[in-house]
Order: sequence, then structure tokens, then C-alpha cells
Amino acid sequence: MKLRNAFLAPTAILMAVTMLAPLAIILVYSFLTRGAYGGVEPPSTIENYTRLWDPVYATIIIRSLWIAAVATALCLILGFPLALFIARSGARKNMYLGLVILPFWTSFLIRTYAWMFILRDTGIVNSILQSLGVIREPLPLLYNSGAVILGLVYGFLPFMVLPLYATLERLDPSLLEAAADLGARPWDTLMRVILPLCAPGIRAGAILTFVPCLGTYLTSDLLGGSKTVLIGNLVQNQFTASRDWPFGAALSLALMAIAIGLLFSVRRRGEELL
Amino acid sequence: MASQSVLELRQVSKAFATHRAVADVSLEIPPGAFFSLLGPSGCGKTTILRMIAGFETPTSGEIWLNGECINALPPYQRNVNTVFQGYALFPHLTVQGNVEFGLKHKKRSGDINRVNDVLKQVRLEGKSSRRPSELSGGERQRVALARAIVLQPDVLLLDEPLSALDPQLRKQVRGELRDLQRRLGVTFLFVTHDQEEALSMSDQIAVMNAGSLEQVGTPREIYAQPRSRFVADFLGAMNWIDGIGVRPEAVSITSQGRNASVTNVSYLGSFCRIEMKLETGEVIAALAPPGTSYTTGQAVCFTWNREDEIHL
Repeated sequence: MKLRNAFLAPTAILMAVTMLAPLAIILVYSFLTRGAYGGVEPPSTIENYTRLWDPVYATIIIRSLWIAAVATALCLILGFPLALFIARSGARKNMYLGLVILPFWTSFLIRTYAWMFILRDTGIVNSILQSLGVIREPLPLLYNSGAVILGLVYGFLPFMVLPLYATLERLDPSLLEAAADLGARPWDTLMRVILPLCAPGIRAGAILTFVPCLGTYLTSDLLGGSKTVLIGNLVQNQFTASRDWPFGAALSLALMAIAIGLLFSVRRRGEELL
Repeated sequence: MASQSVLELRQVSKAFATHRAVADVSLEIPPGAFFSLLGPSGCGKTTILRMIAGFETPTSGEIWLNGECINALPPYQRNVNTVFQGYALFPHLTVQGNVEFGLKHKKRSGDINRVNDVLKQVRLEGKSSRRPSELSGGERQRVALARAIVLQPDVLLLDEPLSALDPQLRKQVRGELRDLQRRLGVTFLFVTHDQEEALSMSDQIAVMNAGSLEQVGTPREIYAQPRSRFVADFLGAMNWIDGIGVRPEAVSITSQGRNASVTNVSYLGSFCRIEMKLETGEVIAALAPPGTSYTTGQAVCFTWNREDEIHL
């Protein structure tokens, strides 16, 4: 065995056991019938997939896509100026990048809980506003789509900032001078030079943000309440309360298919652009 | 002051945190001229260009363009354009897109025709849909040129535009650039460290050293009548004998004159370069016809005409 293969083997085995095998199991489950107390039974059926078109579930899928899209767009709008600022800050670059990554030092679960304490009726925001006399009744900040989007943007902003930073940092400053020299105002330079040249970073950031937002479970569970059910929560529900493993399996695969489909559509367009 | 100059620098200085890049430079550039800023690297010539373009702000002094002080104008409001040293072409745009880039901010009529015109002028008409990455070095240089001249600037600033080309091409492009400048009648401000480039192309040359102007004049003036030792040495070779400057091509090896012995003979095709040593130890270079056959160690005499002497 070649040395290269020897080093690759542990990863390959790990991936096979923890990725491919479960995926195969889910695929098989998705074509079986639900058991009375969970689990799966014969006969095989495609009913789990046809149920995806049921308006109840289709609504959840569309809501998930919408929330992920909004969160990704907000990450881009907030992350781009930040990435540009970091790329232009010379010797302080590494410090700012460190600050962007700093939240990863604590658990995502704990940070999401922190948002609950900030947003709930007796939380910091409401109690401050009440004590200042701005509002009498607490604002409904928690348990809605807005709270979910806030949690997603907060959690995934670094995944947008880092690839954007990588492309902005490589951008040749003489191109910006050339644009100004040719009469472009700063806004024109942004739209006609910086953004087009950062397209690869924007695509990478959008994928890294959108895909985890689409499959989110924790954020919507803690911040969304019962009203903002997303695909992730629906899947979890099928394996627990509903005891419908085959439908949960079909939902998981549908989620994967959507993510992969979007990924390919973005990439193909990207390759034509470049 | 009569405004016969298109561009004027009045006592312009630029200090950076660590050093003074430009010290009290005053210049007047007549319209339609091919004007060169010549000097070694780090002499401040590129800083001057960048101040005119608007990328740097003078620490003191004023820059006047067409009778208007442009110190306070941002680069995008100055009617000067730059051919950058590395060309700085937009990699995501085609040749056509690069040349059209600046026109979109000007909104003049007949622009598309002008793009085609300019592409023809620089012999790129068949390559308008190529990307910069698909072009040769010479073609990229011509795109950079086309992108700037299509905007009809009052002054075209060229920052060592030939230094990225290979030496063979560089000589050919010199002639082309000079022809183009004559045809268009646009004022060129050409920054270079290559004295041959400056001499062969310019109407006027300003020689710079360590942030200051040394001398301004026609190529003939600054070569034949240098006003400082720096200018004399920087443009071509110079022998110094008893404090008098004599160019190697003015030294002739004869049967009478000063005694010397040959220390080195270099055959250079169209001529021979002979190095001789005087008894005092000074080394003198002379140019001789290629057919001459001197050998190292040979005792010779040399002389020169008094009118070729340079007294400083």
C-alpha cells in the first residue's frame, strides 16, 4: 500500500462508516412503511415522497428556503462591508479576523440560549425598554421568524465574512486606482470592479451560509417556537413525537437534494462567469 | 502667468512618514509635448505622477491643469488618465469592456465609434472580445493605452509603461508610442528610469534625483550640456579627467596626446569600447570603430576636442 493511501485510509473508513452507511440506511428507510411504535416495516412504497407535496409540508419547505435566503442576504449585506474593512486594515487584519472567529470559542447552543435571555418577555431588551418607559407591555421579540433570522445571521455571519475577506484581500489595489482614474466614483468602483471580482467569494460565502441555514434545527427550535417550524424541526419531529421514520428519512433526503441542486446551479453559472 | 502650459507644478513637495519623496518641484509642461520624467528608482518621479493623477496629495505646492488648480479634485474628476506600470486591466472585462469603462462615466455621443477608432489606432480591432488574460504583454500595454486615450485626457500619464515588456519589444514600442503621441497630439507625461527611452522619445526631459529636479531641457541639451554631475553621469557614460567631463564617443585614440595603456577591449558589434588607464590611475573609456584591434596592455595616446568638454 502506498504511503498516501495509508494516511488517507482512516479518513476514508470514517467517512464510509459515519456518512455513506447512514445515508444508505436513510435511503432504504425512506422507501419503507412506518412501524406502529417507530422503526420501519415492509412493504416498500413511494408514499413518503408523494407526501412532500402535501401543502402542509410544502409550506414548511418553502418557509425554510425563504428564511435561509433572507438570512444569507442579510449576512452578505452585513458581511461585505466588514470583510472590506478587514481587508483594508493592514497590520490589524489578523486581530479583526480573530474577533470574527472569537464566538466559535463557545458552544453554538449556549450562544443561542443567550439570545433567548436577551429577547424573551422578561429579557434584557424588554426590561430596559420597560424601565425607560418606552413600552408598557413587552414586545414579542422571541418565538417568531424574525428571531430565527436574527439567530441565523448571528451564527453564520463568520461563514460569509471569511470567504469574502479572502477574495477582497487578494484584490489588486491598482485596479481600484485604475477605476478612479477612468472616472469611476467610489460607488461605481464598488459595483463595476469590486463586486464582479469578488463573485467567487460571494458564491462561496452564500453556499456556506445558505446550506446550514436551510437545514437549521437548533436555532428555529429555540428561537422560533411552535410557529416557525422549519425542515430541520420537521425531520426531528418525525423521528421523535410522530414516530414516522420513513417520512423523516424522505424529508432528510429532500433537504439534501435541494441543497445539492442549488449548489450545482450556482457553481455552473459561476464557471461561465469566470 | 500666461497659460501656455497644459500642466503646471508649483513648488510641489510630498513628505511621507519616513522620508521626503518630492522636494519643491516646479514644472511647466507645454500642450502636445512628449515630456519625460527621468531618474533612478526612488527619485520621486512616480510620486509626482501619482499626485497629478490624484492618488497622493501634495504636502505643499499646487498642481494646475488647464489653468485650474486641481489639488482638491479626486482622481475621478481630473481630466488626466494613467497608463499604469502593471497596466491594471480589469480581468473580468473584455478588451472592449476595458476600453469602454471610462466612457460610461462621461456620457458623450458617438462613444462606440470612438472605441472602435481607438482600438484600430492601437491595432487591437480583432481582439475586442478577448480577456486580458488571453493577450500578450504588448497587447495588454496597448489596451491600457487605448483605455486611457479614448477619454481624450488633457495629459496622459505613463508610469514606466514599457518596463513590463521584453527588451526586443520595448524598442519597437518606443517608436509606436512616439508616433501615436504625434498623431493624437495628446500631451504625454512619461515616467522612466531608462535614459535611452527618454532620449529617443521625448521633446523635453526633466531629470530628477532624490526628490528634486536636476535639469529640464531637450534631449540634446541635457545630454550635451548637463548642468550637474548627476545629470552628466546618469545620461550615458562620462569620463572625468582633471575635473573636466568628456563623453567616450568624443575621445579619440591617436598617435599624440595623453599617454595611457589599454586595460579592456569590448567588441560591441557596431563599435568597440576601449578602456584605458592613465598614469594617475584614472580610467578613461573611448569608443572606436569595430575594425580597430587594440590589445590589453598596449600603450596608446588619446585626445579630444575642446568643444566636447563639459565644465561643471
